[in-house]
Amino acid sequence: MSRRRVVTLAAQGIAFLLGVAVLVVLPRWLSDFHASEVAYVGIYFIAILGLNILTGYTGQISLGHGAFMAIGGYTTAILVGHHNVRDLWTIPLAGLIAGGAGLLFGVPALRLSGLYLALATFGLAVALPAVLKKFDDFTGGTEGIQLFGRPGFTGKGYENVHVLGLTLTFNDWLYYLCWTIAVVLFVVAWIVLGGRMGRTFRAIRDSEIAATSSGVNMPLYKTLAFGLSAFYAGVAGSLFALATTFVNPDTFPIVLSLYLVIGAVVSGLGSIWGIVAGALFIQYVPDLASKYVSEAPGAPSVAYAIILIVVVVLMPFGLTGLIRKTTRPLTDRLFRRS
Amino acid sequence: MANFLQQVVSGLATGGIYGSLALAIVLIYRATRVINFAQGEMGMFAAFIALWLIDSGWPYWAAFFATLGLAFVGGVLVERVVIRPVERAPVVTVVIVTVGLLIGLNGAAFWIWGGDTRAFPSAFSTRAIHVGGVAFSIQDFGVIGVSLGAVALLFLFFRFTKLGLAMRAAALNPEASRLVGVRVGWMLALGWGFASVLGAVAAMMVAPTIFLDPNMMRPVLLYAIAAAILGGLESPIGAVLGGLILGVGLNLISTYVDFVGDALKLPVAFVVILAVLLVKPTGLFGRATVRRV
Repeated sequence: MSRRRVVTLAAQGIAFLLGVAVLVVLPRWLSDFHASEVAYVGIYFIAILGLNILTGYTGQISLGHGAFMAIGGYTTAILVGHHNVRDLWTIPLAGLIAGGAGLLFGVPALRLSGLYLALATFGLAVALPAVLKKFDDFTGGTEGIQLFGRPGFTGKGYENVHVLGLTLTFNDWLYYLCWTIAVVLFVVAWIVLGGRMGRTFRAIRDSEIAATSSGVNMPLYKTLAFGLSAFYAGVAGSLFALATTFVNPDTFPIVLSLYLVIGAVVSGLGSIWGIVAGALFIQYVPDLASKYVSEAPGAPSVAYAIILIVVVVLMPFGLTGLIRKTTRPLTDRLFRRS
Repeated sequence: MANFLQQVVSGLATGGIYGSLALAIVLIYRATRVINFAQGEMGMFAAFIALWLIDSGWPYWAAFFATLGLAFVGGVLVERVVIRPVERAPVVTVVIVTVGLLIGLNGAAFWIWGGDTRAFPSAFSTRAIHVGGVAFSIQDFGVIGVSLGAVALLFLFFRFTKLGLAMRAAALNPEASRLVGVRVGWMLALGWGFASVLGAVAAMMVAPTIFLDPNMMRPVLLYAIAAAILGGLESPIGAVLGGLILGVGLNLISTYVDFVGDALKLPVAFVVILAVLLVKPTGLFGRATVRRV
């Protein structure tokens, strides 16, 4: 291993451990309400991680990842709400079903390139709410499905949640649930993307022709990336359903899909180390815009748009692009051969 | 039969509107390889300005053309101010900038004019004319005329003027155009200007029927995107035809297929388009690009 690689790995390890440490102790200083907000940050974190695997690593743009979140969310809602399944078990199932849908969608997606794929996924996300409304026996139609108070749902009214010998408020429970899963999935992505598969993904992104001629089974890996990415989105959607305690077709609007892409761009495509910035951006910037700028109707959107455009113009490669750019002069000097 | 013909004509009218917005999307796609998600909102903003002019006493057509002028300047400004700085960024980044524009323009319209739905005057009478026992609305014909007229003018411009040729060259091959002295950056900005004009035409034509409010162009934009994919993102003619096919097709489907109705129109549009993409990945009229490696 080269010296640069060792130092990078060490820096990533330290960043990871610091991050986990912060996550463990953070609820001590958070009010109950803020704990639930940070739980949503965890959910966006998972979804953006999935989107980044697809868009950042294999270069397939999806403007419709909210659709895979919806599939995951509805899996959980139907199982918990209609069949009284224990909610925790539905989370991996939601991931698997969304992942399966992703694999299925990934096959025809092979034929589409660039923005055609982006628009096809966008169409999927646009069409889904109306489809959910139409098949109301299964999905509860416009009224949706209530999870709160169902036997399989962990949070019961205002009582605390007892788990692993701990007593937590519902929001603290959500916080730890979402972030535990987020950290596990992050480590999985770290290992998978750092190894052979990640290298193959990046080879496809950089040049499909070069990758194919070096013996990469391109259709297989592109479809796999779609499935893996949709799995992450499905888990995020499942947690989203548990956090809102309720789903209906408007829980996963097309705007959500676009927000995920915004999050991925702000994080920096092709790296998993800036994602927390994208997730925080999705959760907090719209609120900040209405809290500190003006509450006149429309004004927060204007502020949000200006912040978004300025951020993207200043860091077109996201947070990780900025980090890379600012640390490069330093690290170059460090590793220059004397 | 009478009902069928009426549905076809009103389908052509909405299809013309989808087609002109789709053409705006295709123009920008060809020049900058980006889907402009703010295209609809730019048109909406222009329609609000037109209404403001009309309310302050301008005659309809004066306000119409003044608005087109402003829309052109607005489109050029948008390219210069927010798109140009991210020129070299990944495509997704630029798309996000246009999403930012969408959110911002929508918010600005809410902020300035409020969220109330307003009536927007039409240049054409809503009276019906009777041809062979079938009642057609004059407005439908007017809308078809104006939107297809705008498309035709643009076609003539690109086909027969030197500036149009330069703009096509800049879109197809920026490096070579720069070598022969075309100012590529400005050509792209002009492209944004013309796209903005088309969006404004579409918005002012659709506003009398769906009424004016900040969110009015959302569904129109989705149909226009669908039309653009259907026709092929590379093909301006395809975009217009795609719009017409979509307008007429959806009108007929929602009239004659009970299962679909109004609620499932949009999903049906996208399902049809996904099916078309599977058979022809570059749309009906698009051509696969051959690249040298």
